[in-house]
Amino acid sequence: MMDEDDFNPEVVKRFLFVNRKAPYGTVYALESLETVLISAAFDQDVSVVFMDDGVFQLKKGQDTAGINMKNFSPTFRALDGYDVEKLYVEKESLEARGLTEDDLVVDVEILSTDELREIMAAQDVVISA
Amino acid sequence: MSTMLHTVNKSPLERNALDSCLRLAGAGSAILLIEDGVYGALRGTSAADRIAARVRDFKIYVLGPDMAARGLSEAPLVDGIEVVDYEGFVDLVAEHEAQQAWL
Amino acid sequence: MKFGILVNEGPFTHQASDSAYQFAKAAIAKGHEVFRVFFYHDGVNNANKLSEPQADDRNLVELWGKLAEESDVDLVVCVAAALRRGIKDDILAPGFRISGLGQLIEAGILSDRLVVFGD
Repeated sequence: MMDEDDFNPEVVKRFLFVNRKAPYGTVYALESLETVLISAAFDQDVSVVFMDDGVFQLKKGQDTAGINMKNFSPTFRALDGYDVEKLYVEKESLEARGLTEDDLVVDVEILSTDELREIMAAQDVVISA
Repeated sequence: MSTMLHTVNKSPLERNALDSCLRLAGAGSAILLIEDGVYGALRGTSAADRIAARVRDFKIYVLGPDMAARGLSEAPLVDGIEVVDYEGFVDLVAEHEAQQAWL
Repeated sequence: MKFGILVNEGPFTHQASDSAYQFAKAAIAKGHEVFRVFFYHDGVNNANKLSEPQADDRNLVELWGKLAEESDVDLVVCVAAALRRGIKDDILAPGFRISGLGQLIEAGILSDRLVVFGD
């Protein structure tokens, strides 16, 4: 028998991963993606938000050969296979950076600031880096 | 809908963390300025008007020990911002349903 | 109340680990439980026992270890982030253990609040 303090897989919390930083310049984008992938194994209600410079993580056409770093942008397309399906991008952040939905490597839901605010307010655990 | 405690640790004079927080925080949220975020609480900076405009939308706090460390214990604050210590920080986390760090 | 804490930065370049430590101490003093602190990104450097700050400086590696011992806090260092940064069992400071990133998600599930400190 598990006591109360033991891990209870019955608990489903709303986890939100917030990405506000561009890739490669710092490691946060890559290592945060690793956290999202791991979270998929816990059968939680996972959402991932890209806003501010975080939207640059999803930019199509990344070619890292010249900086000898791993291009991890294809991994965003694999999230679906891990049942991480709620990918949100803030419209205002996208537009402020001269990007449109067509510039992104993966299908996402583009949200207005008001819509995103509602989703962010409805979370139990918010992980950012 | 849960009530959030947002923590902001960046100066609004250098980064957009506070502006993004003010844009996305839900009604009834609290915002706690810590570390270099405390510069956002100061009256008379080029960022002060943006915060002053929102003090009625959110409850805004600033961490006293981080103010003191930066020589700001006596500095005039934007009206409506309340100073808390680490105990107050703990209470704010406990009183809200979740915390979001704007890094 | 049961708190989990995430620390994203090492003990010196950023204030994050100091803030997290002060928060944890205050929470415990108020009768709350800090059941786990998870160290990720450069936060894994908080577990490096080879760290030798100058005598008049605080030693966060030791302070975290002491807090773990006195208040039964589970200090978990992410294995993948640690290996990349050369943090292994033989240089792991007392009080810390190395484990998987799943321990962070588990902390989010098991705690009443997960509090994030980073840069």
